[in-house]
Amino acid sequence: MTPHLLLFYLFATVAVAAAVMVVSARNTVHSVLFLILTFFNAAALFILIGAEFLAMVLVVVYVGAVAVLFMFVVMMLNINAVRMREGLMQYLPIGGLVGVILLVELILVAGTWAVADTPPPIEPRPTTAEGLTNTEALGNVFFTEYFYIFQAAGVILLVAIIGAITLTLRERPNVRRQNIGEQVHRDRKTAVELRKVKPRAGI
Amino acid sequence: MVVPLTHFLTLAAILFTIGVFGIFLNRKNVIIILMSIELILLSVNINLVAFSAYQGDLAGQVFAMFILTVAAAEAAIGLAIVVVYFRNRGSIDVDDINLMKG
Repeated sequence: MTPHLLLFYLFATVAVAAAVMVVSARNTVHSVLFLILTFFNAAALFILIGAEFLAMVLVVVYVGAVAVLFMFVVMMLNINAVRMREGLMQYLPIGGLVGVILLVELILVAGTWAVADTPPPIEPRPTTAEGLTNTEALGNVFFTEYFYIFQAAGVILLVAIIGAITLTLRERPNVRRQNIGEQVHRDRKTAVELRKVKPRAGI
Repeated sequence: MVVPLTHFLTLAAILFTIGVFGIFLNRKNVIIILMSIELILLSVNINLVAFSAYQGDLAGQVFAMFILTVAAAEAAIGLAIVVVYFRNRGSIDVDDINLMKG
């Protein structure tokens, strides 16, 4: 068994075990932590297959942003952990049935496809030209061939930002907010008052 | 690379199934359902990257990148909806989210 295959089995086993724990953990915080473990192992698999840039993006975006976002929300909401487990057994049979059928079908597709008349290209060809790293090669196509789609991805993120802020922003009564327009548009007439002060009298 | 392509496809299939199974299993917790969706998208990404590496075509990795973008946006919007829902109802049970059943 070559080191590559050994590493693949190691990372794949841990990823699958962590994914099982994500859906079955009793505590939601533990679920998020196992999700992080799954993503780390997937990133390791990406490095193994030669996609270093995507592996780093996976770690930065998922572990650094999305998982932390999940953690924030889990800790912000006061979730009753006992009620969460109610009705678990009710959905276990149907869920298990659908899961097993799906898994068998997917593995059959992958397996039969590999032994068909025209076998798939098992030997991988290099994805990059000589002397180019994976990141450089991706950058070359991102900013030329896929430039408009790249911009569209930016627009999607902008829509997500605006949507999330609009959804969660709430106007509460009796809370004084900073009104920047009002502050900037103050002028001397409303801000300053001149009074004559008599000696020893005060205002 | 001596790992056969089928290994990656099988791993992606297993992860996809776990994600679907998680959606069926957790009818009480919307956050775990969102995490299951992330697992499903990750399995799709593994498929795309594996095919990209074995076909020698970078388009798969470019597409995986866009799936990452959409997944991040989806997580942000989904969690915002969960927060608003929790603020209104005081729980995040999936069984309670049937007020608008047509």
